[in-house]
Amino acid sequence: MTLLIRGGQILDPGRYQGQGDILIENGIIQSVGQDIFKSEKDTQSLTVLDAKGLLVVPGFVDLHVHLREPGFEYKETIATGTASAVAGGFTSICCMPNTNPVNDNQAVTEFILSKAALAKKANVFPIGAITKGSEGQELAEIGELSEAGCVAISDDGRPVMNSLVMRRAMEYAQAFGMPVIDHCEDLHLAAGGCMNEGIVSTELGVPGIPGASEEVMVARNLSLAELTGAQVHLAHLSTAGSVRLTRDAKDRGIQVTAEVCPHHFSLTEEATRTFDSNTKMNPPLRTMEDIEALKQGLADGTIDAIATDHAPHAVQEKQLEFDTAPFGIVGFETALPLTLVLVQEGVLTLETAISKLTVEPARAFGLNKGTLAPGADADVALINPDAAWVVDPNKFHSKSRNTPFAGWNVRGRVIATVVGGTVVYESR
Amino acid sequence: MGLKHKDLLNLSSLSADEIRLILDTSESFKEVSGREIKKVPALRGKTVVNLFFEPSTRTRTSFELAAKRLSADVINFSPTTSSITKGETLLDTARNIESMQADIIVLRHSSPGAADTLSRGVRSSVINAGDGWHEHPTQGLLDLFTIKERKPDLQRLKVAIIGDIAHSRVARSNIYALTKIGAEVRVVAPPTMIPRFLERLGVQIFFNCDEGLIDVDVIIMLRLQLERAGRALFPSIREYARLYSLTQERMKQAKSDVMVMHPGPLNRGVEIAPEVADSPAAVILDQVANGVAVRMGLMYLLSGSG
Repeated sequence: MTLLIRGGQILDPGRYQGQGDILIENGIIQSVGQDIFKSEKDTQSLTVLDAKGLLVVPGFVDLHVHLREPGFEYKETIATGTASAVAGGFTSICCMPNTNPVNDNQAVTEFILSKAALAKKANVFPIGAITKGSEGQELAEIGELSEAGCVAISDDGRPVMNSLVMRRAMEYAQAFGMPVIDHCEDLHLAAGGCMNEGIVSTELGVPGIPGASEEVMVARNLSLAELTGAQVHLAHLSTAGSVRLTRDAKDRGIQVTAEVCPHHFSLTEEATRTFDSNTKMNPPLRTMEDIEALKQGLADGTIDAIATDHAPHAVQEKQLEFDTAPFGIVGFETALPLTLVLVQEGVLTLETAISKLTVEPARAFGLNKGTLAPGADADVALINPDAAWVVDPNKFHSKSRNTPFAGWNVRGRVIATVVGGTVVYESR
Repeated sequence: MGLKHKDLLNLSSLSADEIRLILDTSESFKEVSGREIKKVPALRGKTVVNLFFEPSTRTRTSFELAAKRLSADVINFSPTTSSITKGETLLDTARNIESMQADIIVLRHSSPGAADTLSRGVRSSVINAGDGWHEHPTQGLLDLFTIKERKPDLQRLKVAIIGDIAHSRVARSNIYALTKIGAEVRVVAPPTMIPRFLERLGVQIFFNCDEGLIDVDVIIMLRLQLERAGRALFPSIREYARLYSLTQERMKQAKSDVMVMHPGPLNRGVEIAPEVADSPAAVILDQVANGVAVRMGLMYLLSGSG
């Protein structure tokens, strides 16, 4: 099976840039460049994907997603979640273990991988739990999780509060070369909170989540990373303080990587004034000063990756009162245009923006993804960065509709997505 | 001039003129409650539903009386369980009620923004009768009405609000109403009860009660949630009372004709000394009486009769 992606503007961050073709054989990239074929005749036996006028980039890599299966299939399944991913240009996604049962053993990991194989959309890389049941007490069988296919460990939304347990996890995970991801939230400081603690929460009388609840845990994790030498990955940074701490740690040579979500650099706490539960996520939307710091962190490399924290919830759950509705929004299908805003604003070059969605996240978790180098898996996204469209949640491929971006006029659209040499999504 | 809103969800988005309109309209309704036949036909044929998800006697009764004195039909609906445990969303409950042709829904709910959510889902007018820590707009209005009765020159007044500002919807509505009307507003509380950036709402903050009371014309006491004692906000009821209770001694800091208000119910001997609560300076029962008049005025305006 041979696929030719023809005539696109290829952008493989840090490696190749220019007009050209990509030849894919048996799911592997064979060659990239101009004039792979001298004549039309040579292409007649091939499947051709026309990329004329389009940007051709490595398929996006998302380090932080929730696929909800097993246990919460009414929100999302692995089939619908991966369909949503590829519609957003994501070809490799790392799913958090907060399913039911929790992904703290190989049976769950294998179940996820088998469902992903059946869905035949995006590559799915499970993230295992740090502790059994994500209860923060006893370490999960991390070695077994690694063997079963987990690429990292995290207790995500139920962060390990006991610093000794976290220390041991960081030490132990090194035996398997796995990064330890922390959601970075002091649950005591954040208890009961529903939005950023600031002027808007004061005006609305909504319980707040202070930036400090994130920053004290970022600081703890950085100290533990220094102590243990572990590779620590900080999830969804949302405050200027977290960026400052992380920058300082990187300057001092601590092994740490960090991600930011598009909503955290696109919206502030002001969006919450309507009490729309689609503006409720954890960490919460912060302030303009935080946004500026996050953008600065992306630009100077403090923040390695853009991750969606795709968190589907059913309509009836998000219809609940603001304080009782669950945290989180879907993210795959709006990530590209929100990221391209950073290019339009001059915060990032197009190449750097794409790198934050591809090569950088792949590097953070040691995934052999996010590149168009010959020999790599043929995961490719074809995008039109200038196409204008209106976000309509009813057209999402995800099972859920919970987004604060409904009705937004955005630019940048995924035209086709290729995973392992197969076209798994096409919007034209 | 009428009120150009379908609902009353908060005071933060009302203009000073709109607040004055409600107060002026309410004044003409106060007289009704003094008549032998305490009824006017203003809302005849209209239906008012009191939808109270939190226990409340005084606010619900006040709304009920107000609606009845306007000749409306009144239904009280007090789901004892939250929508979560019952498996029905607030919106579903409200749509059911709307199907019964309710013209005005009065909502009391423990979630901030519940009235906003409701107002987007129903055509009926929605009156927020208290939503979490957010706002209690009719309390803010009736407090202003009560102040104005004794001290009409609102813009020259110094008003101190004492108590747990962070967790008080009454405090928020009072702060919005008083600052819009031009009064000088002080808040007095331990720092644990002052939410972040509160000063940006145009209030002065005092941690020391005696200092905060110097020269004030009006004192608004807030009810202390006793169950918060010992759990980070304040060490004990004993210490809170020692530092922040409104005593006769402390009142001497204020102007000699100071008026004392409290939204009730009172914790006598905790936030307010019994002698103060029973003194001529206290207008706590006037507040209750005025609550009916203000709610009549408001419902009259919202029903479009204005």
